[in-house]
Amino acid sequence: MTTLDVVLWGVLPYVTCAVLVGGTLWRYRYDKFGWTTRSSQLYESRLLRIGSPLFHFGLLVVIVGHVIGLLIPKSWTDAAGLSQEGYHLQALLLGTIAGISTLVGIGILIYRRRTTGPVFMATTKNDKLMYVVLVAAIVAGLATTLLGASGGDEHNYRLTVSPWFRSLFVLQPDIEAMSRAGIAFHLHTLIGMALSAVWPFTRLVHAFTAPLQYLFRPYIVYRSRESGTASRAPRRGWDRV
Amino acid sequence: MKVMAQMGMVMNLDKCIGCHTCSVTCKQAWTNRGGVEYVWFNNVETRPGQGYPRRYQDQDQWRGGWVRTKRGRLRLRAGGRFRKLLSIFANPVLPNIKDYYEPWTYDYETLTNAPLGDDFPVAQPKSLLSGKPMSVEWSANWDDDLGGAPEHGESDPIVERIRRESEDKIRFEYERAFMFYLPRICEHCLNPSCVASCPSGAMYKRVEDGIVLVDQDQCRGWRMCVTGCPYKKVYFNHRTGKAEKCTLCYPRVEVGLPTVCSETCVGRLRYLGLFLYDADRVTAAASVADEKELYQAQLDLLLDPDDPEVIAAARRDGIAEDWLDAARRSPVYKLAKVYKVALPLHPEFRTMPMVWYVPPLSPVVDRLVETGHDGEDVGNLFGAIDALRIPIEYLAELFTAGDPEPVRTVLQKLAAMRSYMRDVTLGRPANDAVAEAAGMTGAEILEMYRLLAIAKYEERYVIPTAYEGQAHELEEIGCSLDVDGGPGMGGSGPFGEASGRPAPVSVETFHALRQRQTSDDLVDPGERGATVNLLNWDGKGRPAGLFPPSRTDHPAPIGTTEPETRP
Ligand code: SF4
Ligand code: SF4
Repeated sequence: MTTLDVVLWGVLPYVTCAVLVGGTLWRYRYDKFGWTTRSSQLYESRLLRIGSPLFHFGLLVVIVGHVIGLLIPKSWTDAAGLSQEGYHLQALLLGTIAGISTLVGIGILIYRRRTTGPVFMATTKNDKLMYVVLVAAIVAGLATTLLGASGGDEHNYRLTVSPWFRSLFVLQPDIEAMSRAGIAFHLHTLIGMALSAVWPFTRLVHAFTAPLQYLFRPYIVYRSRESGTASRAPRRGWDRV
Repeated sequence: MKVMAQMGMVMNLDKCIGCHTCSVTCKQAWTNRGGVEYVWFNNVETRPGQGYPRRYQDQDQWRGGWVRTKRGRLRLRAGGRFRKLLSIFANPVLPNIKDYYEPWTYDYETLTNAPLGDDFPVAQPKSLLSGKPMSVEWSANWDDDLGGAPEHGESDPIVERIRRESEDKIRFEYERAFMFYLPRICEHCLNPSCVASCPSGAMYKRVEDGIVLVDQDQCRGWRMCVTGCPYKKVYFNHRTGKAEKCTLCYPRVEVGLPTVCSETCVGRLRYLGLFLYDADRVTAAASVADEKELYQAQLDLLLDPDDPEVIAAARRDGIAEDWLDAARRSPVYKLAKVYKVALPLHPEFRTMPMVWYVPPLSPVVDRLVETGHDGEDVGNLFGAIDALRIPIEYLAELFTAGDPEPVRTVLQKLAAMRSYMRDVTLGRPANDAVAEAAGMTGAEILEMYRLLAIAKYEERYVIPTAYEGQAHELEEIGCSLDVDGGPGMGGSGPFGEASGRPAPVSVETFHALRQRQTSDDLVDPGERGATVNLLNWDGKGRPAGLFPPSRTDHPAPIGTTEPETRP
């Protein structure tokens, strides 16, 4: 366990977490107006309608995969009678399909962004940075999925990355376990942390306000003038009248 | 019974001369910004014509509004909640910018910078979206005054529908053509499908006055409302990534002023006032089985503000006395419900629209006069109304889901008024038989005439001033903007165009307009707080005067005095 390990796997995760939570709160407090998908569908629909669902649905499966892989301990799946081989087969299958559709999806979206004049014009530096990190995370993630399937202890993330990830929550990071993981996993984790850290400051924040409440609210929303005027905290000069 | 108040509008189409003043002033007030260059909260379209955005009325294509299911319930035509969430990553029926039009500017610089030569320099059109040269091929009002109608007129969804019934009912040959103008704003519907479509719950109907608004802080740019509105009156600001729509000029209405479009209307054809309606029965009324009954169902929702029962219920539901008084004097209630000469636009969309139209008699009158008849004779007019079935069917498709009867009745009333008033004006004995032929009395005709023809400002706009006591506070708010970050000062926030503190556009516009209207001098760009005309600014670059000059970098030019610091 070197100092670098401690910094990377013991300190950095908490820094990332602080940035993610703090950044999100800050943005919600001060930049609700900027909190949007900034959709470019108005300019171009044809490619978007292929690329965007491919990317987003792929990503949803990927997220579910991460939750299962990271949060459910190996002992539980063992107890449920799922063999290591069996687990890996399904992880490989689902992971590869989801990963590739995500990658193809974002590929289409980036191609569209680059080639459709108005969409390219509407791309900010912030967006470009976000795309770099996002694509890196997806590529590295796909690599780990494939590697994980190749067997070998160092590639069995459920013995290295997952225990470390869970240990973070009880504030006793299992740095030892993480340092045993392969380089691909290290890389993917680092990029993942970078992605989490930039998340609140990019347009990716829209994911945090996925409108699930739509399923439960009445169709027609009424607001009275008083409550309607200030969904953000009133600022100086904008006191409610 | 739950009584609610609704600010409504009536437009008298006979008076619309298609000058587009309402559109221009609305644009200047509300959408003179980047990202909404293509947006017209108010637009005036020539009918027959495709409208703006192109063919918006064709709900088979655009899937706006509500449909009634077999079980008699209302469903959003574009799909219910689950469908919406599943298609949230790419809205399957969002209009493309080209369906509105690609906004452009001209490369004026070549005009001023071109070297001396034999050729005239040309200002090329340039897209405001991509910055590339473009050829201008479509825009709002491309088919104004039936321009290109032989070619484009066929694409009018209503023409298509009428044609389906009979081959040559509508003609675009010059001698047989007819046309009128249709100014359109958001209908501030009682059953707004845009609100129902918003997954974030950012759109809402105001309890007090029924104005439908978008909460800019809560909108996340899912763009379902654009699809949901069958009138296509919610627009997507492509820079901020938020939906925007006509606000019924609520900052003005709140202080008792008419909307900008009404105030500036050259023909004085707009009326503003209150409706009282029964909120409990809205859904039932919007779900009646027969589309042709929707107009009547909508009329039945409107409550009589003179009825003691209604007054008692309204008081119970917290409607203020001066609002009740305004409802009693409401010109829109009179035109829609008492005289029944105003009709809702496309009731078959089942959103219960609250902007009503007095259909135009002029195509009928024009035809009579052209053919050498007396256009004010009631017999001629009544005969022509029936003979000229085409305009009536067309109007019926617009206003009564295809039922010609109510349109015919309205036109007969207007014709009777015309004829009756000629006698009065010429000092001849008034002919009450004319009034009766249209099912009215002479006194009613006189009253209606007064409202339609000579009503003054206060009679056309009866806007309750419940907020009056707060008006000066609203102004205070404006002043504080100088210190509070200042709207419009930032342009781009750290996260791109959309981020940073919101510039409350109403306040920004309020100040800009007040300055423009109250100062006699041209702005000296060196002066603190000098402004540029945002209407002419395409959002690119920083024209001089957009920001106050930094005092250290640019000392005041010799000869001008340093302006005194304002308190
Ligand atoms: S007309 Fe206005 S209130 Fe009605 S659905 Fe459209 S945007 Fe909503
Ligand atoms: S009411 Fe106001 S915002 Fe709406 S169309 Fe008229 S001027 Fe524009």
